[in-house]
Amino acid sequence: MTEHVDSIRTYTLVLLALLALTAATTLVAFVDLGAFSVVAALAIAVCKMLLVALFFMHVRHSTKLTKLVVLGGLLWLVILLMLTLSDFTTRGWLGVPGR
Amino acid sequence: MASAESPALQVQFDTEAQQKDASTLGMWIFLITEVMFFGGMFTAYTVYRRAYSDAFAAASASLNVTIGAINTAVLLVSSFTMVMAVRAAQLGQRRAIVLFLVLALIFGGIFLGVKAYEWNEKFEQHHVPGPSFHLDGVTQQGHAQLFFSLYFAMTGLHAAHMVIGVGLIAWLIWLARKGTFTAEYNTPVDMVGLYWHFVDIIWIFLFPLLYLIDRHLPR
Repeated sequence: MTEHVDSIRTYTLVLLALLALTAATTLVAFVDLGAFSVVAALAIAVCKMLLVALFFMHVRHSTKLTKLVVLGGLLWLVILLMLTLSDFTTRGWLGVPGR
Repeated sequence: MASAESPALQVQFDTEAQQKDASTLGMWIFLITEVMFFGGMFTAYTVYRRAYSDAFAAASASLNVTIGAINTAVLLVSSFTMVMAVRAAQLGQRRAIVLFLVLALIFGGIFLGVKAYEWNEKFEQHHVPGPSFHLDGVTQQGHAQLFFSLYFAMTGLHAAHMVIGVGLIAWLIWLARKGTFTAEYNTPVDMVGLYWHFVDIIWIFLFPLLYLIDRHLPR
């Protein structure tokens, strides 16, 4: 087997980064950033997701097919969110009865 | 049908690497269906949070941030011990596999225990949707109930996945003690690892979305 084995050091650093980001997202929630509070929280969550997926779930060393499937899955999630929200955010734009 | 040189290789595969790639791909396809399963709930949450932002902010503020943050850390450590178990399996270190799996099991158990404590608190404070629901300082009680409905549905579904994961890890410990896993064959450890990390990622999004909404607002 020519499987890639990451070092304990790599995994420990990823864990420390994840814990630091957890502390960061908790603290930044108490700072008034206005509408950017949600952006900051989600940006940090996406960073944590990438760390877990790329290192702990070995997507970094996965085959191209697996990477494509992961990206494709996220694309469908974005379609789910975007199309639903494009409906709900624009419903009030036109003063049409029965909208 | 296993051959003499590589006992774990099934007849339909050419090599062990190909067999492992097939398992990994299949597991990811399953995880993508899980992403869409949770995705529906995240979408519902987003729509209602936009519609009833005041009630959602007030309801979210009633959750305990300290406990939530500590539990997030516990789950991340559990993921770390899981990946260390996978690493030990890749290197064929039998005793280390068992040790790290037991640690992952313990941290997963702590997470579920804390979650049970939090839910119990909701029952005592009448924050469970139903006839006795009441949240102080909110005029639209129905909107606050909607937040807690989503809270219980999302954390409940997440906890259900954790319980299944704990069962899977216990099964792996049993197999690892028997000496099933070697450097050549450790696919179950790897696949349960993927599942466990996926459950971790769901919580990574649940924590800020449920616990940290508009915390900076004065109240």
